[in-house]
Amino acid sequence: MSRKFDPGVAPHFPPQLTVTGVMQQVLYALLPGIIAYTWFFGPGILVQILLAVIFALLFETLMLKVRKLPLKRFLGDWSAVVTAVLFALCLPPLAPWWIALVGMLFAIVVAKHLYGGLGQNMFNPAMVGYVVVLISFPRVMALWLPPTSIASHSLTFGEVLNTIFTGSLSLGLSWDTISEATPLDAIRISLASGRMVSEARQSPVFGDFGGLGWEWIANLYALGGFWLLWRRIISWHVPVMMIGAVVALGLVAYLVDPGSNPVPLQHVFSGALVLGAFFIATDPVTCCTSNRGRLIFGVGVGIITLSIRSWGGYPDGVAFGILLMNMAAPLIDRYTRPRIFGH
Amino acid sequence: MMHIDHAEQARNAGEQVHHFHGGLHLRHNKKISCETPLERTPLPGLLIVPLLQHYGPEAEATVKTGQKVLKGDEIGCFAHLGGGYVHAPSSGIVQAVARRPISHSSGADGWCVVIEPDGLDQWKRLEPLTDWSDADPALLRQKIRNSGIVGLGGAVFPTAFKTDEAIRQGIHTLILNGSECEPYISCDEMLMREEPDSVILGARILQQAIGATRTVIAIEDQMGVVNRALKQAVESAGDDNIKIVKITTIYPEGGEKQLIQVLTGLEVPTGGRPTDLGLLCQNVATATAVAQAVVEGKPLIERIVTVTGNGIRKPRNLVARIGTPISDLVEQCGGYTNDVARLVLGGPMMGYALNSDANPVIKAANCILALTQSDIRPSQVEMPCIRCGECARVCPAVLLPQQLDWLIRNQQWDDAADSGLADCIECGCCDVVCPSHIPLVEWFRFGKSELRSLAVERKQAETAKHRYEARDARLLRIKEERRQRMEEKKRAIKDGAQKQQKLAEAIARARARQDRNE
Ligand code: SF4
Ligand code: SF4
Repeated sequence: MSRKFDPGVAPHFPPQLTVTGVMQQVLYALLPGIIAYTWFFGPGILVQILLAVIFALLFETLMLKVRKLPLKRFLGDWSAVVTAVLFALCLPPLAPWWIALVGMLFAIVVAKHLYGGLGQNMFNPAMVGYVVVLISFPRVMALWLPPTSIASHSLTFGEVLNTIFTGSLSLGLSWDTISEATPLDAIRISLASGRMVSEARQSPVFGDFGGLGWEWIANLYALGGFWLLWRRIISWHVPVMMIGAVVALGLVAYLVDPGSNPVPLQHVFSGALVLGAFFIATDPVTCCTSNRGRLIFGVGVGIITLSIRSWGGYPDGVAFGILLMNMAAPLIDRYTRPRIFGH
Repeated sequence: MMHIDHAEQARNAGEQVHHFHGGLHLRHNKKISCETPLERTPLPGLLIVPLLQHYGPEAEATVKTGQKVLKGDEIGCFAHLGGGYVHAPSSGIVQAVARRPISHSSGADGWCVVIEPDGLDQWKRLEPLTDWSDADPALLRQKIRNSGIVGLGGAVFPTAFKTDEAIRQGIHTLILNGSECEPYISCDEMLMREEPDSVILGARILQQAIGATRTVIAIEDQMGVVNRALKQAVESAGDDNIKIVKITTIYPEGGEKQLIQVLTGLEVPTGGRPTDLGLLCQNVATATAVAQAVVEGKPLIERIVTVTGNGIRKPRNLVARIGTPISDLVEQCGGYTNDVARLVLGGPMMGYALNSDANPVIKAANCILALTQSDIRPSQVEMPCIRCGECARVCPAVLLPQQLDWLIRNQQWDDAADSGLADCIECGCCDVVCPSHIPLVEWFRFGKSELRSLAVERKQAETAKHRYEARDARLLRIKEERRQRMEEKKRAIKDGAQKQQKLAEAIARARARQDRNE
């Protein structure tokens, strides 16, 4: 008795990965960092994440409808959620709710879908959203909190919600008393007022290497990043080169002028460098595709970040570095094409 | 001209193990079919022997319906190039020469000689060549050619074509490929385990037939038993020109170009062949077939087939006659499990899905793989490319699959050709790692066939143009000749007229003189 079979094409092999799988693993890898963030700075960040995710999914649904794409398949890829979480992690924990709205509008609608949707966007959506709100609402985006351990007043969850949704502080509180400059801001401010980095570092917001609390968050981001490396979701090229470039150049600057330059490790453990290196610059869509290209990409982001931190108008330059290198990525890809076998 | 260092490097094939770009660590799944010893498949009720079992044009039947054949009789022949000879797998009566479903990637039916065995399994008169070591290499190659031997690794390239090419180009090293890179397939491993002497004998005969001075047999690093068996066989043969090399199991390390890269560190140039490096690559099973053809005089009428996969109850390796229905083999292995979903000829990465198990075993059939739903990809939900570069990372041909895919879809054929589409070995690595589940290999197969037909079209257009241009030139020439002829004529006429006129004038003058004188 012979039997009929359905034909299929080779390879007859289950795929090893899905886009959804990649996105979910990125989210898992962010968890330790998020937990640490909440531990050091209170529950505000969780609210920001939630808000960003909700707005991202709303805009994503809207755009998929407009573009007549299958909702289930594309909402199910989790890419909008990753964008939202990465964006939220760059916000001050008490930023008003509409920051997430504006950010996600630009991230999902403009940077992602107007560029052609998943896989087509030139710029990292999360960074576009972040830079838009940073430039448009600089004052709101500068209201950071000190770590709860050194805060004069630790906010209750109700006060956090109230601040985020009404945009104003609860009675009896003022931004002057509860907000605190980030370590990068602290350095910038003290340098601007003619003091040395070492003097600035006397401020309680500093820890052993970077900012108090921030250094631990960075460690845990890195932990997640290593896990992604091990899972082969990302390759080592971008994070190593990006952090490497910052450390190398930071070291040169420090050796030349230790008075106005922090020790290089300080750079690594403050701001969004580690988050950016492992989670944002490695975004496949907007990075280079070849490993050689990624080396250049990483170095580029590192150099731009450090330059902006040292001479630019903003305390942190990771977002700008990534966006600028996003622009250069296609060109780098063109010039780093590998030699084909036998050619 | 090959680089001097490269020549040296090629000569040292196997002395050092190198790497190739990309590749995949795949789960082996070979053990399941290696636990039972080799067994023969009984004679089936009907043998359906396809006439296209080699790379090249279909052979022509040399027998007629109703004719009696003996086991080993030639029943089909294509005498050109490397030749494609087909032989009767058993004695019996030719019941038909007809088109039947054959297992060919084109999916079309092919001509087959259908033999009803008489059960006697009676050999034709065999002409063994026991003193092969004194034989003329040309005679050995003749034997290989007439015995219908093709590459048994799956590519079924006529072995005679390769040996002839080897003689033309002059080679120094014979490489025997004993690494089955695809998961599940274990027929070569079983062969080397159970018949190591035959493999070594085949290696020595091949080496003599092609004038090589040494042989490197490449096996996977985890074939411990095989290694010992082969070493012993080499020792008892007393041949110290044979070297056994263990290579790392990374798919597709058994691909010809990858194997050569691993053994020599060299890349076979694009569009070129291993013989360009002074190397000839053959599968170990092919070597055994050569040994049988020469020292026993037996043509290639059977092969070892791995029948395996989660869809088979008792996976194992069988020695099956060419022409045996695949369903017979499956039955001998306990039949299908209930959840069988796909039947593949070959391995999971590059094999070809059959639509029926009534198809016969062919020379290319190294493996019959029955897969269940969970082994194969779920119904394809394709997502857009997210440019992750995984495909490029694993591509052994160092291509940029995501870019090729884009170029093919946008029909940018020239760019696709420039980006190395023809260098794709269709290994499927890119396809398996792609998180967006883009059927890359399918596109590449399509793209390659388009490129080929485009090349043919262009050539035709070129010849047509050529002809056109020639005709034009001819017309022009004809016209010119005609013009020249015309002018000559005109001149001639003019000259003649002048002469006549002169003559007439002369006559007139003469007359005038005459008149004056009168
Ligand atoms: S199928 Fe072709 S493109 Fe894909 S990995 Fe293999 S050689 Fe490279
Ligand atoms: S593996 Fe797939 S998604 Fe990734 S770059 Fe290649 S084609 Fe695109």
